[in-house]
Amino acid sequence: MAVQGTIEQFSTAFPQVETSEFRGQTRAVVPSEALFAALEWLRDEGGFDMLVDVTCVDYLASRGAPGRFGLVYLLLDTQEGERLTLRTYVNDPEPEVRSAVPLWEGANWLEREVWDLFGIRFAGHPDLRRIVLPDEFATHPLRKDYPMQGRGERHNFPVITRGEG
Amino acid sequence: MPLERVLQSGDLAHDEAQEYLWTMNFGPQHPATHTTLRIVLKLDGERVVDAMPDIGYLHSGFEKLGEELDYNQYVTVTDRMNYISPMANNVAWHLAVENLMGIEVPRRCQYLRVIVAELARIADHLVCNGAVGLDTGAFTYFLYAFNPREKIYDIFEALCGARFTNSYTRVGGLMRDATDEAIAMIRVVIGELPKAIDDMERLLNRNKIFVDRTKGVGVLTKEEAISRSATGPIARASGVTRDLRKDEPYLCYEDFDFNVCCARDGDCFARYLVRMAEMRESLRILEQAVENLPQGPVDVGMGERATLPNKGMVYSTIEGLITHFEMVMTNRGFEVPVEELYTATEAPNGELGFYLVGDGSNRAYRARCRPPSFIHFAMFPHLIRGHTLSDVVAVLGSLNVIAAELDR
Amino acid sequence: MAIELPDNVVITQLDELVSWCRKNSLWPMPFATACCGIELMATGASRHDLARFGAEVFRFSPRQCDLMIVAGRVVMKMLPVLQRIWQQMHEPKWCISMGACASTGGVFDTYSVVQGIDRFIPVDMYVPGCPPRPEQLIQAVIDLQGKIQREGTMFGGEFERPQEQEPKRALQGPEVVRDWPR
Repeated sequence: MAVQGTIEQFSTAFPQVETSEFRGQTRAVVPSEALFAALEWLRDEGGFDMLVDVTCVDYLASRGAPGRFGLVYLLLDTQEGERLTLRTYVNDPEPEVRSAVPLWEGANWLEREVWDLFGIRFAGHPDLRRIVLPDEFATHPLRKDYPMQGRGERHNFPVITRGEG
Repeated sequence: MPLERVLQSGDLAHDEAQEYLWTMNFGPQHPATHTTLRIVLKLDGERVVDAMPDIGYLHSGFEKLGEELDYNQYVTVTDRMNYISPMANNVAWHLAVENLMGIEVPRRCQYLRVIVAELARIADHLVCNGAVGLDTGAFTYFLYAFNPREKIYDIFEALCGARFTNSYTRVGGLMRDATDEAIAMIRVVIGELPKAIDDMERLLNRNKIFVDRTKGVGVLTKEEAISRSATGPIARASGVTRDLRKDEPYLCYEDFDFNVCCARDGDCFARYLVRMAEMRESLRILEQAVENLPQGPVDVGMGERATLPNKGMVYSTIEGLITHFEMVMTNRGFEVPVEELYTATEAPNGELGFYLVGDGSNRAYRARCRPPSFIHFAMFPHLIRGHTLSDVVAVLGSLNVIAAELDR
Repeated sequence: MAIELPDNVVITQLDELVSWCRKNSLWPMPFATACCGIELMATGASRHDLARFGAEVFRFSPRQCDLMIVAGRVVMKMLPVLQRIWQQMHEPKWCISMGACASTGGVFDTYSVVQGIDRFIPVDMYVPGCPPRPEQLIQAVIDLQGKIQREGTMFGGEFERPQEQEPKRALQGPEVVRDWPR
């Protein structure tokens, strides 16, 4: 649901961008080095003033994706009501992009969650640590190579019986 | 979690040791933290100098489950996200799946989904405001708020058998059509709820204690709301006049005439008033929906290969039989394009969206839920800085943070 | 008996008297984590009133309660908190595990949800359901009251000798109600 004018200007400003449309929604793919510049352009020139979500998809060995992890930024223009989905791909080992926190405050916790569950670093994030999992948790569970039932972390606790405690 | 490690992070306003500041742990087991959240407060006497939220005490791996359960099984899990308005989550999930698959449900199904979503909105606002009342000391208000909820539970029970955690929607339709008794019960509730809301307003709207505790507390300006990705009643109370039901209408919301409730102040009292007003608007939508409820099928036709056809068709027509087998055989199921799509709905808490990555099979490759509570709770330290300890509960209640949606 | 007792003298076993007092004033400690917490609140609200059974006071302080109702799923980050709260409660104390998630992990067989809190703390009563209806929770409280009456001792000796307690069995329903009150 994005007005064509903004997308055309965006493609002119960033020639490496590939745009497509599906069910009325516009998606754009940028290379990960150009991600921060693209987000900044979209916020300042494109008018996308709200960051709706930051998420990640692990394409481990599937669908011929150009990288293992696909980072997805969902943007919204509150004045016009336009939406845009911006994607970029990062790879193992050490997947890293620049943090979007200087642009939108709302990206703070969203990026922390992506780090926690997927292991993608955000350079320049003020406080990148685990958010939904315990600090001692060793790995990043939403990756496709981590089993659903876990590796025994959930039952690694002392037992309290009647009589003591 | 050891307290020392938590304090060394960069969230705190002061990094040098300031001995006169007192650290207090708030939660995760506390009557006023709506279930499990934890905040570490740094206090200067009664003033909050900084607050550091610590979440994850209810992280159950919902998104990992989304990769394992199929589209009709996962709706049971979406119930358990924002568990005070489960029907709204069901509607949001199946709207996302149907958008991805390119299916449009029949009119009767759309009207019924709007009806249950608005009932869920009323239930959610009743709990949220009830909890704000309970935390600021108004226990009677809390009981007044839970009473209409029992009537709404009766309606849900008549519709699908469960009081809450309903899992009422299915891909391409609903679990069961609504019976005439259920519609009659909805009419009765529409008649009784305005008086209940009036009673609640009479208790707190002009109550000096409540107004003093919530006016001017936790102010969120319009620019901050947009920068911090606030949506729903919290953004509308700060002046962002966006409501997905009007701006990007889904289901059949364009058929209904209702107002979008906004305020300008952005404090706790404004959010409380916006929620009370939204309950009345939901009642208006419900009235219109129940009066104009179209007749017809509630599931999409068999050609779409999305829902199980009824048994009469299965046993008597060949298409029915084939569709039933296609849906039930293990290597068949829905045909979902290998694409990614984000669909947002106006849940009672804000913009609840699902980013679905389909991979051709009947399970999602990735089912990401965009949780409004998570994003709103991130604003909490900013809202509480400079206020007193007693304002912590008022602000926390007005943000309507549901721990299950927060942690997923 | 040759002795005529006046009307204001009652003979009973001290254990039974103390158990009767305890069972009729169980103060719940609601450890509400998720959706079952809302049904717990609904059980305490006006329609299904848990206060009728003596469980009026939902104190949130473990030092003032004797019945911990674990309502909702317990994840690995929360379990040490649960254990600490259990240890902070005074004897005699009982635990009701409300809902499928607290009893066995429920729908969530994932890397972070504990598959049943009875792996780590002692549980006296399990309430199935997702979420259990308020009537089921009230039945569990009634059954627990029956268990306290049958097995309770004044000085908490039944907790030291678990082999003398009844073995675990399913909710019995109406027969237990016939047992109560004495």
